[in-house]
Amino acid sequence: MKLFKNRQSAFLMASPYIAWAVIFIVVPLAMVIYYGVTDNSGALTFENIARISESGYLKALYRSILLAFISTLICFLLAYPLGMILSSMKLTRNTYLVTLFILPMWMNFLLRTLTWMTLLEGKGVINTILEFLHLPTINIINTSGAIVLGMVYNFLPFMILPIYNSLSRIDDNIINAARDLGADSLQTFLRITLPLSVPGIISGITMVFIPALTTFAISTMLGGSKILLIGNIIEQQFTQVYDWHLGSGLSIVLMIFILLNMIIESVSDKEGGIF
Amino acid sequence: MKKVFERIYLAIILIFMYAPIVTLIILSFNSSKSRAKWGGFTLKWYTRLFSDQAVASALVNTLLIAVLATIFSTIIGTITCIAMIGLNSKLRSVIMGITNIPMINADIVTGISLMLLFRFLHLGSGFTTILLAHITFNIPFVMLSVMPRVKSLNFYVYEAALDLGATPLYAFRKTMLPDIMPGVVSGALMAFTMSLDDFIITYFTKGSGFETLSTLIYNEVKRGIQPEIYALSAIIFVVVLSLLMIIYRSPNNKVKEK
Amino acid sequence: MKKKVLSLALVSAMLVGCLTACGSSAGDGSNGKLYVYNWGEYIDEDVIEQFEEETGIDVVYDMFETNEIMFAKLAQDTSAYDVVCPSDYMIQKLIEKDMIQPINFSNIPNSKNIGDEYFKNSESFDPGNRYSIPYCWGTVGILYNKTLVSDPVNSWNILWDPKYSGQILMQDSVRDAYMVALIKNGYSLNTTNQSEIDKATEDLIAQKPLVQAYVIDQVRDKMIGGEAALGVIYSGEAIYTVRENRDLEYVVPDEGSNIWIDSWVITKGSKNVANAEKWIDFMCRGDIALKNFEYITYSTPNIEAQNNIEDEDIKGSNVAFPDLSTMKLEAYKYLGEQGDKLYNDAWMKVKSAN
Repeated sequence: MKLFKNRQSAFLMASPYIAWAVIFIVVPLAMVIYYGVTDNSGALTFENIARISESGYLKALYRSILLAFISTLICFLLAYPLGMILSSMKLTRNTYLVTLFILPMWMNFLLRTLTWMTLLEGKGVINTILEFLHLPTINIINTSGAIVLGMVYNFLPFMILPIYNSLSRIDDNIINAARDLGADSLQTFLRITLPLSVPGIISGITMVFIPALTTFAISTMLGGSKILLIGNIIEQQFTQVYDWHLGSGLSIVLMIFILLNMIIESVSDKEGGIF
Repeated sequence: MKKVFERIYLAIILIFMYAPIVTLIILSFNSSKSRAKWGGFTLKWYTRLFSDQAVASALVNTLLIAVLATIFSTIIGTITCIAMIGLNSKLRSVIMGITNIPMINADIVTGISLMLLFRFLHLGSGFTTILLAHITFNIPFVMLSVMPRVKSLNFYVYEAALDLGATPLYAFRKTMLPDIMPGVVSGALMAFTMSLDDFIITYFTKGSGFETLSTLIYNEVKRGIQPEIYALSAIIFVVVLSLLMIIYRSPNNKVKEK
Repeated sequence: MKKKVLSLALVSAMLVGCLTACGSSAGDGSNGKLYVYNWGEYIDEDVIEQFEEETGIDVVYDMFETNEIMFAKLAQDTSAYDVVCPSDYMIQKLIEKDMIQPINFSNIPNSKNIGDEYFKNSESFDPGNRYSIPYCWGTVGILYNKTLVSDPVNSWNILWDPKYSGQILMQDSVRDAYMVALIKNGYSLNTTNQSEIDKATEDLIAQKPLVQAYVIDQVRDKMIGGEAALGVIYSGEAIYTVRENRDLEYVVPDEGSNIWIDSWVITKGSKNVANAEKWIDFMCRGDIALKNFEYITYSTPNIEAQNNIEDEDIKGSNVAFPDLSTMKLEAYKYLGEQGDKLYNDAWMKVKSAN
């Protein structure tokens, strides 16, 4: 290959980014780890990480995982049929339609969340309408339910897009071949469509689960600060309590969970299916 | 029958996604400050919004950061992707591994880690720190979309051009750039979107007296939502909608489709 | 292709041009900058403009929600702001942590407008009155909606009444939340006694299902909008909220409460000390203090402003200028690193409880 005279010139060309990545990705992460395993005096300690086992923090972590899991599941259940419908439609029309479904992604994230504050409040829009219709009012603002709703609303496009992409890439001939060989529609779905869309499902899950697991804005806005997620706790260590060591220690725990999630997903990806 | 169910399903999801936005737009014309009462039609929240300097400067900041971060990250990301061809596979996978970190990692950890770095370097905080942070988390998105294009490049054409006497730069521009351009453009778009939408990383890397739209809205929400914010949402929504319409209407887009 | 590259270059050149232009226009012909960090909704915005016009100083104005948020921001970098307006106990902490600097009172002639009693009270957290100049003061109490609360409101206990489940707003600030629970139990709001804090924690956790939300500045809008029946709030908001919604009333419970002073201080790392002094002096001016008072309705320690209040109702208002001798009031003190940790850990338990 003659694109580069030699390895050195290629390296030279990549070096600005390598330097950038070291300074702005590797070093900052190392600093989080450093703060996480030291105390105020700079002595090595694992207390910051171990404190995740305290009931308050553990509860918050458990709650974060649970809410993120529920949100991801709901997003998946909503998005998969949608992806199938969209991918089965005629090409000319569906680009507009697909865009319509991911358009809210371009609205500011906080505005999307704020919308639900306005809707769900005790004297918000939904309750006003319900009252007008003489129906019982709902009271889900400042509950876990409101947070899940906020997560689903915010992250749904991130699930729709990859699932739609992977479904629309499936060659119709394969489906037809399966049909010709006698498979019914359920069998075709379970043995052809679903396995072939696994990469899309996995990237959709990642794109929803991780932001949902680590958010603090959604829980602050829709949870009335009553429901703390692990993201809130970490945020507060930096912006209120001013304990960078504990904040970093808990961040390390969070990173371990993200890593675990990645490993599980890559394993299930290699095995060719999660079902 | 199946078609009808499909239509209904699409409609339900669309209503779920758009009803809240439509509600905000309606509220932005409500002269009563209360969300529960309709006090008549008004444009006062819009006039107030336009005379609000804080919103104007936050908007300028947001766009400026997004545009600059997109330009820098697209250039750095594209150059790096091309350079990767010439690197040995071990170094290449190390670089790709590191590049994946900001994408996989939680925004909150990325934000905190950069905040620690900026404090350590005494970089102050504000425009520069936010820009550096945005470039950092944008580069992976650019590389993600440029890399497949670079991998599928046909180098023989490039070599042929060289053999025919073209300078390397000219040969690159004529043979390779057109092939990777779609990847570069979509990478840049992705970077721009990510930058516009970011709240968490900006929140941790911003300093005194500097707000982007996201941080401004977050502050406003904590103080109680003012109807000006509804007007702002309405405007943003209309702008986004019309921009997308323009993109889809433009004739050369038909070729790019998938 | 060439055209595209060219236009891209043009756009970036324009941006850079605008960037430098924007930067310089702010500095041109002015007397430098001033970074002010104050509570939310704690100033008449016109006053900032007036200050900029009169002095030619460009003010960068940021807002915080709690003393703790302010501290965390300042601890990162004390040069981020020049002049800050924290409360008593936080000023004590800032002094101990060497994060603020003594004020040169000869540069702030208007400080004579501040009543002597307020300086005397400030001695408890700022011995010798070297670091701080009072801006506003007040108490913490319960704001309630008369149409939604039928019982007499005279005790913190009403915030534990299951009748008002989902109708109660608590302060999302560690000291203020604990103050309520500690005083309800008859303890000092400055206690560092573990068993007393534990009891308060237990009470706050028991109260949590009844609480609609933990908020700070939102209490005011939510109470005006009738979203909640009872809210813990600072006395300064009382006049404003009652003006907006006649059904509201503010009470300081009989068991007692917190009395606080928020004062201006100059940060250790300030790069614009002279401008910071001008700002504080401006805030101490009688007409400015009055303007602020009329807008934010927090009690002013400025005697000249007090004398010039036109609205007789407010001048004689028991809310704006209460008779302190009839109330059991206590100021917060900085409790040291250990004390802070006790409260922070306990508060985290409350917030993360189910």
